[in-house]
Amino acid sequence: MTFFAKTLGTVAALALSAGAALADPALIYDLGGKFDKSFNEAAYNGAERWAEETGGSYRDIEIQAEAQREQALRRFAEAGFNPVVTTGFSYASQIAAVAPDYPDTKFVTIDGYVDPEAHPNVLSILFAEHQGSYLVGMMAAMASESDTVGFVGGMDIPLIRKFACGYAQGVLAVNPDATVIANMTGTTPAAWNDPVKGAELAKAQISQGADVIYAAAGGTGLGVLQTAADEGILSIGVDSNQNYLHPGSVLTSMLKRVDVAVYDAMTAGADLQTGVIALGLDSNGVGYALDDNNADLVSEEMKAAVDAAREQIIAGEVTVHDYSEDDSCPALDF
Amino acid sequence: MDKMPAWADAVLVPLISILLAALISALVILAIGHNPVEAFSIMVKESLTSSRGIGNTLYYTTNFIFTGLAVAVAFHARMFNIGGEGQVLLGGLGVALVCLYVPWPHWTLALVGATVAAGVFGAAWALIPAYLQAKRGSHIVITTIMFNFIAAAVLNYVLVNMLRPRGAMEPASGPFPEPTHLPTFQEMFSTADTVLFRSAPVNVSFFLAVLACFAVWLLIWRTRLGYQIRAFGHSESAARYAGISPVRITVIAMLISGGLAGMMALNATMGEAERLVLNASEGAGFIGIAVALMGRSHPFGIFMAALLFGFLYQGGLELAFWTGIPQQLITVIQALVILFTGALDNMVRMPLEKLFLALRKGKA
Repeated sequence: MTFFAKTLGTVAALALSAGAALADPALIYDLGGKFDKSFNEAAYNGAERWAEETGGSYRDIEIQAEAQREQALRRFAEAGFNPVVTTGFSYASQIAAVAPDYPDTKFVTIDGYVDPEAHPNVLSILFAEHQGSYLVGMMAAMASESDTVGFVGGMDIPLIRKFACGYAQGVLAVNPDATVIANMTGTTPAAWNDPVKGAELAKAQISQGADVIYAAAGGTGLGVLQTAADEGILSIGVDSNQNYLHPGSVLTSMLKRVDVAVYDAMTAGADLQTGVIALGLDSNGVGYALDDNNADLVSEEMKAAVDAAREQIIAGEVTVHDYSEDDSCPALDF
Repeated sequence: MDKMPAWADAVLVPLISILLAALISALVILAIGHNPVEAFSIMVKESLTSSRGIGNTLYYTTNFIFTGLAVAVAFHARMFNIGGEGQVLLGGLGVALVCLYVPWPHWTLALVGATVAAGVFGAAWALIPAYLQAKRGSHIVITTIMFNFIAAAVLNYVLVNMLRPRGAMEPASGPFPEPTHLPTFQEMFSTADTVLFRSAPVNVSFFLAVLACFAVWLLIWRTRLGYQIRAFGHSESAARYAGISPVRITVIAMLISGGLAGMMALNATMGEAERLVLNASEGAGFIGIAVALMGRSHPFGIFMAALLFGFLYQGGLELAFWTGIPQQLITVIQALVILFTGALDNMVRMPLEKLFLALRKGKA
């Protein structure tokens, strides 16, 4: 009797959990929120595009506290959502803890790295930000008249150093005598959203002669771009296409297609291929933005040089050093 | 003679305040186009009716009990310790250092060691503002809140430059070793057949929080020191006349307060995250003020208020899961609860007092 009851209970529970959600995907944003005009918003845009094109529905949530990371992962996994997509490297350790408990659920971490051997149901999506930064670095060096260019990073973490290092390599590839001034906004997550400090750093770099500044700093970058526009120099945006923010002042934007990553993961659904994928120039995971707003700033010569470099990097003729591989940068001291 | 019976003061006033707050919250939910009845039933169902929900609620409750008690002890000496955040962060640092660098053989020993470390670090962080208040008259509200920022900066420096594993992105320490992991309710109460409190972060430190409630009650109402603290809180000049040293009481009360706040890190850092993260306090230091206000600085009241806020935290997350209601709404509800129980206390109290007086006159 008890065995029968228990079996019946299990079957009922299974039926319930299967019926609760027909394997809809779920999306969990990092602290900082859905509408940050940057990283999280790109993920949201990708999910919205997926929902629009397929008519599917998804569930998303913004967390408010550290403890909720794991809670949110478990809640979505238990409710039958598949795959569960997370944005930001902070989820990597929680996913590693949660994933073994839900072997049938696929977890996706964007920017985080989870060991694929130990966790076969996790997909880590990493971007080759150094490659995209290399291209915009070349453009910065070609556009600069003072032979001095700037870089403003957000939080001082290896990921942002990877941006800076690729950028510096691109600058030096065009002009070996150029000076690259690199500053980080801070060492806490607050550094992602401090446009005032971003503006101050930009001003300091301008006073040192910089006439093109690349901001890889989330919301802080908005202050950098604003200052560049006010002071009449060029700036370079990041992650999303930010050319439209100050037409005629934003030279280009280093695109990191978080939206494409989310879109692809949701399209694959429960059949998602897990493991580790690095999205680079070859898969258009990173690139530079060209539209009406910066058409006058990008010369034919510049475009030809950058596109040639792009082909060379894809073909493997030029390698851009990745800071995170050995925690060092040949082109820039931190 | 009291204007109304003690039970009305302790139970009726907060209860009516909460109901008023709930009523206004319902209007807010209605205004953003959702059904308040459905919203409240989801909150109750997901935070109080399953062992998993209860486990999550009790996890948050544990945090709020510690910070609430911390604020309450300082209140009794008529000091406003709003440095709970900083004291929690430093307590977390103490816990992390002890867990990472001492080879504990078993969690029970680790818990004792970590409790001492959390208490000492939290108390030490409260010592400087306490000393400045007692000796120099620098206002404790100003100094404690400034120490929150200093604590965040110190913790940030230590995490980024010393405790962060090489190559890691996050400003967080490495994971604590296995023997320091505290048993969760799931491990303690599940049997082979039924899994209770599945994946809820509530752990053995909840009992420590309950123990702390009892200890604070003993301290404040059953010891000579507690009597001195209360006497000092009621009237400094009278206390001085009775031979109670204001410096001594100020410092001791703040040390106890800081130590209690620091112990919150046991739950959040050692019990849940099992590593030290940057914002380990999660705002609980400030919630503690509301909890102490609502709980009338009495340990039992604090326990109940902490339960309420734990319910709001857990219910709020579930609300965001199952409806389109954003989690920020929970901040609105919390604010309303604080507004009604703290700031607008007299709005409920005065009519009630009149009512009881009228009733009494009618009888006499």
